[in-house]
Amino acid sequence: MTTTTPTAPQAGLKTAPPKSASSAARESLSGRWASAAAIVIAIVWTLPTFGLLVSSFRPEGEVKTNGWWNALTDPQFTLDSYRQVISGADIDLATYMINSVVITIPAVLIPISLAVMAAYAFAWIPFKGRDTLFVAVFALQIVPIQVTMIPLLRLYVDPPFNLMPLAGNDAPGGGFYTVWLSHTIFALPLAIFLLHNFMREIPGELIESARVDGAGHVQIFSKIMLPLMTPAIAAFGIFQFLWVWNDLLVALVFAGGNPSVSPLTVRLAALAGQRGEDWHLLSAGAFVSLVVPLIVFLSLQRYFVRGLLAGSVKG
Amino acid sequence: MTSTDKLVQMAIAVVLFFAVTGLILVLTARLRSRNGERVQAAAFIAPSLLLIAVGLLYPAAGTIYQSFFGSSYQPILGGEGGNFVGLDNYRTIFTNGDLLQVLQNTALWVVLTPLVATTIGLVYAVLIDRSRFEKFAKALIFLPMAISLVGASIIWKFMYDYKGSDQDQIGVLNAMLKAVGFDTYRFLLTEPWNTLFLIVIIVWVQAGFAMTILSAAIKAIPDDIVEAAKLDGVNGLKLFRYITVPSIRPSLIVVLTTISITTLKVFDIVRTATGGQFGTSVLAYEFYVQSFRSFDFGLGAALATLIFVLVTPIVVYNIRQMRRLEAR
Repeated sequence: MTTTTPTAPQAGLKTAPPKSASSAARESLSGRWASAAAIVIAIVWTLPTFGLLVSSFRPEGEVKTNGWWNALTDPQFTLDSYRQVISGADIDLATYMINSVVITIPAVLIPISLAVMAAYAFAWIPFKGRDTLFVAVFALQIVPIQVTMIPLLRLYVDPPFNLMPLAGNDAPGGGFYTVWLSHTIFALPLAIFLLHNFMREIPGELIESARVDGAGHVQIFSKIMLPLMTPAIAAFGIFQFLWVWNDLLVALVFAGGNPSVSPLTVRLAALAGQRGEDWHLLSAGAFVSLVVPLIVFLSLQRYFVRGLLAGSVKG
Repeated sequence: MTSTDKLVQMAIAVVLFFAVTGLILVLTARLRSRNGERVQAAAFIAPSLLLIAVGLLYPAAGTIYQSFFGSSYQPILGGEGGNFVGLDNYRTIFTNGDLLQVLQNTALWVVLTPLVATTIGLVYAVLIDRSRFEKFAKALIFLPMAISLVGASIIWKFMYDYKGSDQDQIGVLNAMLKAVGFDTYRFLLTEPWNTLFLIVIIVWVQAGFAMTILSAAIKAIPDDIVEAAKLDGVNGLKLFRYITVPSIRPSLIVVLTTISITTLKVFDIVRTATGGQFGTSVLAYEFYVQSFRSFDFGLGAALATLIFVLVTPIVVYNIRQMRRLEAR
């Protein structure tokens, strides 16, 4: 998949730069109407978020009694709502923000560390049944997470062979392992598939010559493959980051409504249910949960687009 | 647990798994022989395979098995007695009035979302292609992709907010209705149209995905094809219809199928916006309700299995198209 980086216009050529099919279509649709349509779509797509953003800075009394657009003519702004949702004892999003961080970082790093190794074996170590096994792993991408949830939850709560339960009051890691492991498991087929494809693109001669020089697979893996894989790992990492940070289902099921393990999305969803009319809190809360993915997304957009299509079938 | 404790646990977990990886690398570093290579491959793959087998394969089999049993939990191994019900759960899904409504809503979601999101994404991609503000214009539409579906639902609930016609409105849409002289409208409560207003939310999120992929495809159309068509006097909408659309057909199919797969599994919007009330529930939400609220594990499993069955052919088709796309 190519990225969307537009080709730089070639300045200084005698002929006019070639036009794409769509720009030709746009022109003859008469530029003015086309621009108007584009602007309308852009406004419809931006306005909802903008309205909520403005509301999150308005005083409670204003938010609840008149529309946010009144703030454009009669600006009254305050940080009260943010203060209330972040550090207010009853909402306390700061704690849930930390939970989100604690959930997300291992849920991104663990599958990467396991998958990168498996992908290398699938790509460059020949062994019997390799292709069959790889196709099987690849095919498992189609399993919707809903299909796995209840038996998996049972395994955590009541594992066989007297293993330690991962859920409950004395669970190791404060109960986070159920969420970490679940996200890891659901990510693995996609991660292995993606990284395998990228690794196969490395020229075989490179590997061969390293082997002739006496390098083993471990050296090739860590000295050659890992550095070359950085963009691919970044693409998957960002995709997985946004997926885990924005996830509600896995958190609801595997954090089991335990507030000390629940991420922001769970708290926000509960807030929307219990205090559906408190728009000053909901708007500020929504933006608190938005800030991190938005920063990650905007700063690393290029990588994200790369992983986007490949990852879109996940879960 | 304090926040510090949590961060410590987080660090321990990461170190633990990195240590496993490191240990495997160190232990197999000296292997060189043919047999050694086999051991190495096994060691590289084992952790992933173990997790997939225990966490994905076994549970999936368990759920499919459970779907033929009654409401109590029925493990594949070691379940005593058990109340085998055959296809009763599936029969319930296709005969119970509420569940039929769920199926009908799901069908609407899965058909409308890809069509509308892709159309808007395509039109927008064409309109802004090679314009001065292309990058900025793209970012605006793409931004909702970074927002959680819970966040998106809250954003739109605010848009749909209802107050009586005589009151000041705080929702944009009802304010607009009132401004042009209509009565205000309960967007999320009034059946059957409320399902459409929920679909608007997922369209809003997914259009950016369609736009990004299709924009890349449009840029990949060779210029000489376009030039040749223009010399033949093909222009405007005809150019779009006969050159642009056929040229990006494989991408269009991938986008359509991908969005329908995503849509089939979405439950966050229904849960946050209406809680499945007022006739808005969909398959993925009903699975959640039956499994984790009603604790009817049999029916829940049957609903999950149905999602699996519905999604499989689309995924297979999608992957085939994607391969064709990559092969070009």
